[in-house]
Amino acid sequence: MSETATASPPLPKDLAAEKGLVNVQIDGTWIQVPKGTRMIEACKMAEKLVPHYCYHPKLSSPGNCRMCLVQMGMPPRLGPGQDPEFNEEGYQEIGWMPRPVIACANTVAENMGIRTTGELVEKCREGVMEFLLINHPLDCPICDQAGECRLQEFSVEHGRGGSRFQENKVKKPKNVDIGPRIRLDDERCIMCSRCIRFMDEVAEEPVLGFTDRGTHTTLTVHPGRKLESNYGLNTVDICPVGALTSNDFRFQMRVWFLKETPSIDVNCGTGCNITVWTRGNEIYRITPRENNDVNSAWLPDSHRLAYHAFQNERRLTQALLLNENDEHRAVPMPTAIEKAAGGFTNFQPEEIAVIASARMTNEELILTKKIIKALGTDRYALVARFEESDGKLVSADRNPNTTGAKLVLGNEDPFSQMDAIREGVTSGEIKALLVLGEDIVDDAGFSNDEVEKLKHLVVLHLLSNATAGHADVVLPAASFAEKRGSMINVAGRLQRLNRAILPPGDALPDWEILAGLLAALDTESAQPNRIEDVFQMLATEIDEFKGHTLTSVGELGVPVLETGVTIPLLEREKERIKNREIVG
Amino acid sequence: MSVVKLKRPELSVSDKLTLPALFKGFLVTLGHAFRSLKGKSRGAESLNGSGLGVTMQYPEQKWDEQMPDYYRGVPALVTDEQDRERCVSCQLCEFICPPKAIKIVPGEIPNEDPWAKVEKRPKEFDIDMIRCIYCGMCEEVCPEQAIFLRKDYAVTGTSREQMVHDKDKLYEIGGKRVGLVNKWNELK
Amino acid sequence: MDLTFLIATSIKIGLFFTIVLTFVAYSVYAERRFSAIIQDRVGPNRTMIPTSILGFKNDLKLPLGGLTQPIADGLKFILKEDFTPGHVRKSFFWLAPCMTMVPSLITIAVIPFMSPIAWDNGETTISGAIADLDVGPLFIFAVSSLAVYGIAIAGWASNSKYPFLGGVRASAQMISYEIALGLSIIPVLLVFGDLNLNRIVQEQSANGWLLLPLWNEAGMIWQSSYWENGGAQRWLLWIPMVLAFIIFSISIFAETNRTPFDLAECETELVGGYHTEYSSMKFALFFLGEYAAMVVGSALIVTLFLGGWSLPFGLDGLLVDDGAFPLWASLLHMGVFLSKVVVFILFFILVRWSIPRFRYDQLMRLGWVVFFELALINIVLTALLIAKPTLDKQGPNVFWISMAGLAVFSALMFLLAKTVDEIVGPGKRTAPKSSPATAS
Repeated sequence: MSETATASPPLPKDLAAEKGLVNVQIDGTWIQVPKGTRMIEACKMAEKLVPHYCYHPKLSSPGNCRMCLVQMGMPPRLGPGQDPEFNEEGYQEIGWMPRPVIACANTVAENMGIRTTGELVEKCREGVMEFLLINHPLDCPICDQAGECRLQEFSVEHGRGGSRFQENKVKKPKNVDIGPRIRLDDERCIMCSRCIRFMDEVAEEPVLGFTDRGTHTTLTVHPGRKLESNYGLNTVDICPVGALTSNDFRFQMRVWFLKETPSIDVNCGTGCNITVWTRGNEIYRITPRENNDVNSAWLPDSHRLAYHAFQNERRLTQALLLNENDEHRAVPMPTAIEKAAGGFTNFQPEEIAVIASARMTNEELILTKKIIKALGTDRYALVARFEESDGKLVSADRNPNTTGAKLVLGNEDPFSQMDAIREGVTSGEIKALLVLGEDIVDDAGFSNDEVEKLKHLVVLHLLSNATAGHADVVLPAASFAEKRGSMINVAGRLQRLNRAILPPGDALPDWEILAGLLAALDTESAQPNRIEDVFQMLATEIDEFKGHTLTSVGELGVPVLETGVTIPLLEREKERIKNREIVG
Repeated sequence: MSVVKLKRPELSVSDKLTLPALFKGFLVTLGHAFRSLKGKSRGAESLNGSGLGVTMQYPEQKWDEQMPDYYRGVPALVTDEQDRERCVSCQLCEFICPPKAIKIVPGEIPNEDPWAKVEKRPKEFDIDMIRCIYCGMCEEVCPEQAIFLRKDYAVTGTSREQMVHDKDKLYEIGGKRVGLVNKWNELK
Repeated sequence: MDLTFLIATSIKIGLFFTIVLTFVAYSVYAERRFSAIIQDRVGPNRTMIPTSILGFKNDLKLPLGGLTQPIADGLKFILKEDFTPGHVRKSFFWLAPCMTMVPSLITIAVIPFMSPIAWDNGETTISGAIADLDVGPLFIFAVSSLAVYGIAIAGWASNSKYPFLGGVRASAQMISYEIALGLSIIPVLLVFGDLNLNRIVQEQSANGWLLLPLWNEAGMIWQSSYWENGGAQRWLLWIPMVLAFIIFSISIFAETNRTPFDLAECETELVGGYHTEYSSMKFALFFLGEYAAMVVGSALIVTLFLGGWSLPFGLDGLLVDDGAFPLWASLLHMGVFLSKVVVFILFFILVRWSIPRFRYDQLMRLGWVVFFELALINIVLTALLIAKPTLDKQGPNVFWISMAGLAVFSALMFLLAKTVDEIVGPGKRTAPKSSPATAS
């Protein structure tokens, strides 16, 4: 190298290479992106939208929809002995290719140019849209995807507005029952193969595939198989059109009426991030929300549909009090709380026990802890729910907040006293029981006779159940979608529940009822007025919560603990990213 | 040239004195009053006036013959030539309705129904006529040509419940409408 | 106080109040019908007598042309919920409507509705007014100016912004126009030399109406005796009288808060002005008070300028029997008087539906810059004209010099008023010097 070369300022390519980056010009602007990034991701970084159907960052990229065509350019190939020429900004001249490339399957290179607009690209998109729409039926008025349909959106943005197709459209099977939860409409399918790849790569139950060729290509399940995977409904989410629709959400409500509330799933310890879709005071569906530290972009069907459990007539909407004739009568909530708390004063602390739940939020648990203290007892237990993990997202621990319960209650094994309490109830040693968010008859092995023997039984629950049937006081609680609060998942991540709808009738968020109980039992305790006040209690009393607020937890949560537990699906995803199978 | 500058008219002496101009004004209104009394107001004939001014005496005389084609009366659902409900409950009218008068509960058409291939139809379709403002947006937005504003205008009821038109009532008002776009039937 | 006087006064109070209240009710009806006709509409034409609610089988369908509308209106007002908002000053809020209605009604006490009735062969005469005061016009001004309190209090007690603005506007407007009103009739009083309204009417009966001096005691206008007995003098005075009539009529419009002077209650600007917060009968009192003021105003104008109850062309002389009017003649006079009032009420209505509302600064300028000065000058002019014979005796040119002086005085006054208005007036209309447009 000559002296003049070393004296000149370093070229951008060298600066980028030091950091493992490359320079890419996207629509005239130079940016630096990591080496090996797909062009489509580079465009996303530059905030340029490239329309696409088949590409999904969590799945492999077959490049079969051709929607993401962009124009690409590279510096001219040098002749022998020719030195590259740099302009005053330090870049080489870009020689644009006359034909487009797909952005989803190609990676960027140094000094590459990408055009996401321009006549070539726009003509290509228009052509691709026209082909996709040739056989697409005019189903939009009855199609559940309408409103969140990529085909609709891109047809408006990039389509040509009118059809030139004179011939008859190809007829394909409609309303096909391919599984217990999913309906297939082949005419709407645009053959992006996202669902096939998902079932193969993520759900690991390859039951979907294409048959026939050309315009007759048809998506179908393998002969003799059904799409029964517990992850099947994710194919509905990733389907860019209305080919796969959920039986549960089918024809229930148009998506444009629905309000989205970010929240978390409460059916297992993983705490999948979800979006709750509501209109008015009703939940219409739940979909996964991407969180690469918890659930990637997926959600098990069992968890997704579990919200129906509290959408029934067994839902408690009023506080109930057992009268002299052994009948439950509705009373105002303050009266019920007063009776519930007053009943415990007739007993010695050792005659009282508390059964709480690891389904409660951290806020509810700390209030429970204070109630236990106010009652003076040390007999308390949580109901354990340990089953087998499915090796993907469903955790072995089916309680959503076991980690949080251990942390908040300061007890490494909060389930241990359950047997002792049951024996105490059987022997008559325990005369008063406070049951929070659990059905001890069905879930904790108590018998109806045992529960009947209790002198004072207070039950806080969503639904009327066997335990509540014996209770002296029944307090109607709120479901996960009706309250705010925080939970810690198996991996030690503090996450937040948000309120999507209001509790029905007189029902209140659990923490408000617990705060009322605490106030009645211990008049000197601090009275929280807002859930933030309760979280403040957590932050002052427990080290792991220090420095956090309910707001600062954010929609994606923050890690607060090292539990050593991993989520199998995430581990596999990381591996695939490492193998460069997917973008992630 | 979006701005047109107008010159104020020059006032004559009588205008500046105000009073003569005022009396000229009185004469204009009085002349109007006399013409009105004689039933010769402008437009009295074409509007079928009752002899005083241009007003029609409503319950006795009605406007139905003069009603223009574009008149927007009560919204109603229509069936096609084969008595199929045209509405597929896409809920676009519910979405567009400015006063939120429309409420739809969608439902699935069972497989044994002859129109099962349409898949979807309204289970309930209520239009609250107390809320309806007769804007016609529902008609305009309907992709299936299922809702139309008819020429009926005298909607009355003695309770709020009566003023809510349910699906049966809407089909009763709307009736059958032929010659529309054939999308789901075989009439093409 | 003798019995005849008591009985007669009671009957008169009953009769005149009934008449005025009927007029008030039916002027509302007239307003609605007349305005409808002007606007090519029909107006209320089908109110009938709902006999079915009285137990009969059917409603009585008489072709009344909506004449029962005022009864229906009244019933509606009484039966409506009388809502008093929580934020008002209750006692004043209740007082205000009464204070608007009552002054308008009291003023009818001095207005002669008919000619005096002779009684006991001319032994006693019963006046055509309830109270035959010798200070008639002054009484009317004194009482009717109280109406502004009702409106101002209503605006203030409502404790809300639009009524307040309405009340303030009304007070300013009424005070301004009361000056013009008072000054404008001084020339009239100069001509008559009397403050008793009944005698003023009798004078007009004999010597021709103030605006129509076509006859006098000596004869008709085409007879030379008419001209020899001061006919020329009357016609000379006719000019300031017309001026006084115009100022007075317009000021009455302003005093009664009617279009084009209804700035205190204009819907487009102030919702309902001072009565925004009122409902039911309390609102009705404001409403009726306004119409009562209109009826009384019309009666006053008729009394002062158009001969009151008298017939034109000295026809009253034919009715005189034994030096006084018999009862039937008095009743005829009442009919004449009421007809004149009706014509004037119709004129009020015509004005309302023809002329748009003033802007507030225009209203104020009209009152203070035009009418105030004009009324003042008019007084001097009338005085000079009346004094012309006396002045002529002083010297051949004294009258003309005085007139020249008046002209200079008038010019100076208008100049002064205009200057003052331009400096401190409410609507300084001189556009601000426009700053040069900023170059873009």
